[in-house]
Amino acid sequence: MAHASQKNLEALADQETTGHEWDGIEEFNNPLPRWWLWLLYATVVWSIAYWVVYPSWPLVRDYTHGLFGYSQRAAVLNEVEAARAARGELGKALASAPLEEIRKDPELLKLALANGKAAFGDNCASCHGTGATGRTGYPNLQDDEWLWGGTLEEIYQTIRVGARAGHGETRQSEMLAFGRDGMLKREEIRAVANYVLSLSGRAFDPKLKLEDGQAIFAQNCAACHGETGKGNKEMGAPDLTDAIWLYGSSPEQVMATIHNGRKGVMPSWEGRLDPVTIKALAVYVHSLGGGQ
Amino acid sequence: MAARAHVKYMTEGEGGLSAALLAGVLVCLFAAARAEDAAFAFHAYLSAAASLGGLMLVLSHFAGRDASPVPQEVNGKPNYNLGPVKFAVIASVVWGIAGFLVGVIIAFQLWAPELNFGLPFTNFGRLRPLHTSAVIFAFGGNVLIGTSFYVVQRTCRARLAGELAPWFVVLGYNFFIVLAGTGYLLGVTQSKEYAEPEWYADLWLTIVWVVYLLVFLGTIWKRKEPHIFVANWFYLAFIVTIAMLHIVNNLAMPVSVFGSKSYPIFSGVQDALIQWWYGHNAVGFFLTAGFLAIMYYFIPKRAERPVYSYRLSIIHFWALIFMYIWAGPHHLHYTALPDWAQTLGMTFSIMLWMPSWGGMINGLMTLSGAWDKLRTDPVLRMMVVSLAFYGMSTFEGPMMSIKAVNSLSHYTDWTIGHVHSGALGWVAYVSFGALYCLVPWLWNRPRLYSLKLVEWHFWVSTLGIVLYITSMWVAGIMQGLMWRAYNALGFLEYSFIETVEAMQPYYLVRALGGVLFLTGALIMAFNLYMTVRGSEAEEEEQVPVLAPAPAPLPIAAE
Repeated sequence: MAHASQKNLEALADQETTGHEWDGIEEFNNPLPRWWLWLLYATVVWSIAYWVVYPSWPLVRDYTHGLFGYSQRAAVLNEVEAARAARGELGKALASAPLEEIRKDPELLKLALANGKAAFGDNCASCHGTGATGRTGYPNLQDDEWLWGGTLEEIYQTIRVGARAGHGETRQSEMLAFGRDGMLKREEIRAVANYVLSLSGRAFDPKLKLEDGQAIFAQNCAACHGETGKGNKEMGAPDLTDAIWLYGSSPEQVMATIHNGRKGVMPSWEGRLDPVTIKALAVYVHSLGGGQ
Repeated sequence: MAARAHVKYMTEGEGGLSAALLAGVLVCLFAAARAEDAAFAFHAYLSAAASLGGLMLVLSHFAGRDASPVPQEVNGKPNYNLGPVKFAVIASVVWGIAGFLVGVIIAFQLWAPELNFGLPFTNFGRLRPLHTSAVIFAFGGNVLIGTSFYVVQRTCRARLAGELAPWFVVLGYNFFIVLAGTGYLLGVTQSKEYAEPEWYADLWLTIVWVVYLLVFLGTIWKRKEPHIFVANWFYLAFIVTIAMLHIVNNLAMPVSVFGSKSYPIFSGVQDALIQWWYGHNAVGFFLTAGFLAIMYYFIPKRAERPVYSYRLSIIHFWALIFMYIWAGPHHLHYTALPDWAQTLGMTFSIMLWMPSWGGMINGLMTLSGAWDKLRTDPVLRMMVVSLAFYGMSTFEGPMMSIKAVNSLSHYTDWTIGHVHSGALGWVAYVSFGALYCLVPWLWNRPRLYSLKLVEWHFWVSTLGIVLYITSMWVAGIMQGLMWRAYNALGFLEYSFIETVEAMQPYYLVRALGGVLFLTGALIMAFNLYMTVRGSEAEEEEQVPVLAPAPAPLPIAAE
C-alpha cells in the first residue's frame, strides 16, 4: 500500500497546480471527469425531453401542457373511474340496491363487507377501535345496545348524519349538566345516581333512600330515559338498566355524568365519504354481531 | 509608552452596541409588561436578561482592553481572532449531544407512545422540532459559523472583520437557538417545518445573520491572498442564500406586537410552495453548500494533498447553486401544486445529481496518493466516509424526486431514512472530522487526546447509522407498499393503523441506531474535553504519515 501510494505521489508530482495557495492548500487543475460531464449532459437532455412531453414551463396566463396532454387531476379521475369499472355490474348494483337487499344477496354482501371493512379501518377505528369494540365515550359496535337504533336503516342514518355533528339532520339530544347548571344539588345527584345504579342491579349505597332518588329520577330523567330507565332510541337516551355503561359505572363516574352532562360527537360522513361507502359501512357495522 | 497611555475611548462599535443593548433591555422589559401570552412574556424577560448580559460583556471588554486597537498582525503574522471560533466549537458539541439525545427520545416515543408521558412539553409534536432545530441549526449552525470564521481567516490571512461583531454573531445566534428551543417546549410555533420559530425570533435571527454576512464579507475584503479560496465561495453562497430564504419564508403578520402568534402572508398552495422552496434550500445551502465548504478546507488540510480539480470546483459550484434553488417543488408532488411546477421541481432535482457529486469527486480524488492515510487516521476516514454518504444521499434524493418513485416514498419513513443518511452520515461526520481537527489547532495541542477513541467513535456511530437507515428503508418501503395495496375487490388491503403496527419493530431498531450514534458523540465530547485539558492518552505512536509502513494495522481499535 505504502509503496503504491509512493508511486502515485511521484505521478502526481508531475501535475501542475493552479499556482494558488491558501494556508498550505494548493489546487490541481485536473480536467472534469468525462463520465461526470456526460452524465450531467444526459440529465439535462433528459429534462428537456421531459419538458417537451409533460406540462412544464409557466407562461403569462397558461403553461406549456406538453405533447402527452398529461394532467394529474385527469389521471386520478381516470384511475378512480377504472377502479369503479373493474367492479362492473356488481359495483353498480351495490350503488343502487336498498340496504336490506344487499344483506340478502351473498355477492353484494361480500362486496359491501370488503368496502365497509376498508372504510372502517381508516375512518371509524380511530374512535371505535380496530375491532369496533369502542372505549370510554365511544360506543362498542359489537354489542346489541344501540343509542340511536340498530337496524340497517338506523345505522346508515347515524353514519350519514352523525350525532351532534354539523349536519342539518344530525342526531340531536343532550344529557344535561344537572349539577354544573344548578338544576340538582350535590346531595340530589348522589341520591339519583344511587337509584340509577340500583336499576341495573349494581351495588348501591343502602344508607341512601332509594325513594328519594326515584322521585328525582321521575322529575328530571324519566322524560328521556323513560319511567323504568329503559332508554329511548328516538332521543338517543341510553338504557340504564343494562350492564353497558358508555362513561363508566362507578358511583363517581355516574355522578360525574349527571353533574357535567355528556355531549359526545359522532361526525357526519355525508359529503366526506361517497354514498356507496356509507351504505357499505352500515352493512359492515350491522354485520359485526349486534345488528337488529 | 506615553503615546499609549492617553485616555481610552469607546470605539463606535462599543458605544453603538452598548446603546443598542441598553435600548434592548428597555424595549424587552416594556414588551414583557404588556405581553398578551405567557410564552411571549417569558421570551421578553429572557431577551431583556440576554441584552443586559450582553451589555455587561461589552462594558467589561472595554474595561479590560488596551487603549490602542487590537493589532491586525503580530510579528508579521495575522493576529487571528479565535475566541468566537472556540465558543462555536464548544456550543456545537453541547448542542449536538442535546439534539441527538432528543432524537433518541422521540425515536423511542414512536416505538412506545406511552413515552410521551401525557405532558404537553414532552409530547412528540413539541420535541420533534426541538430535535430537528437542535441538530440542524444549533449543532450544524455552530459548526458552520465556527469553521467559517476559522477558515476565512486562515485562507485570507486576515483577522476577522470587527472586534465585537464576530462575538455578536456567535452569541446572538446561540440566543436565537435558546428562543427557538424554549418556544417549542412552550408550544410557540408557526408550524412551518424547519422554520418553526415565531416572528420575533425570526427578526432577531435576521439581524444576527446580516452581521454574520458583513463580518464574512469584511474579512474577505481585507484578505492578503490574491484569490478567494473555494471554501469561502461555498460559505458565502450559504450565508447569502439562507438570508434570502429565511426572510421570504418568514414573512408574517403578528396578531399583536406583544404576542407570540403570527400568520404567514402567503396562504394555501403558495404558502406550501414558499415553505418547500425554503425547506429544500435549507438542505441545499445550509446542509450541503455550507458543509462542502468545510470539506474543501479540512480534507485537503488533513490529507496534506492539493484539491483535486480547480475546474471541477468552479463548474460544480455554479451548477449546484443554480440547480438547487429550483428543486423545492419535488416536496409537493401529487398535491394541489400545479403540474408544471411539479415537473420543474423534479427535472431540476435530476439535473442536480452531477453538480452534487462534483463535490464528492473533488473530495475523494483529493486523497489520490494519500489513500493509505485512511488506515491510520480515523479523523480523515470519518470525513471520507462522510463523502460516501453524501454521494449516496445525493443520488437517492434525485431518485426520490422522480414522481413514480415519489408516489411510493412520499410521506413514508423512507424519507426519514434518506434525511438521516445525509444528516448523520454526511453533515455530522464531516462536522466531527472538522471538530477533531479544530480542537487541537485552536487550543494549541500537539494532537488529540486519543486516536483510539476516535476509532471507537467512528465504528460505534457507523454501526448506528447503518441500523438507522436500513431500518427506515425497510419500514418506509413496506409502509408505502402497504398503503397502496388493494385486495381482489379493489379496496385498500390495510388500514393506516395496521401499517403503523407493522413498522413498530423497525422503530426499535432505529432507536437503537440512534443510541449508538449518541454514544459515539459522547465519546467524541470526552476526547475533545481531554484534548483541551492538555492530556494525551498512552497509546502506541501513530504511524508517521509518509514513512514506509510496517505490516498493515487492523483498522478497528483492538
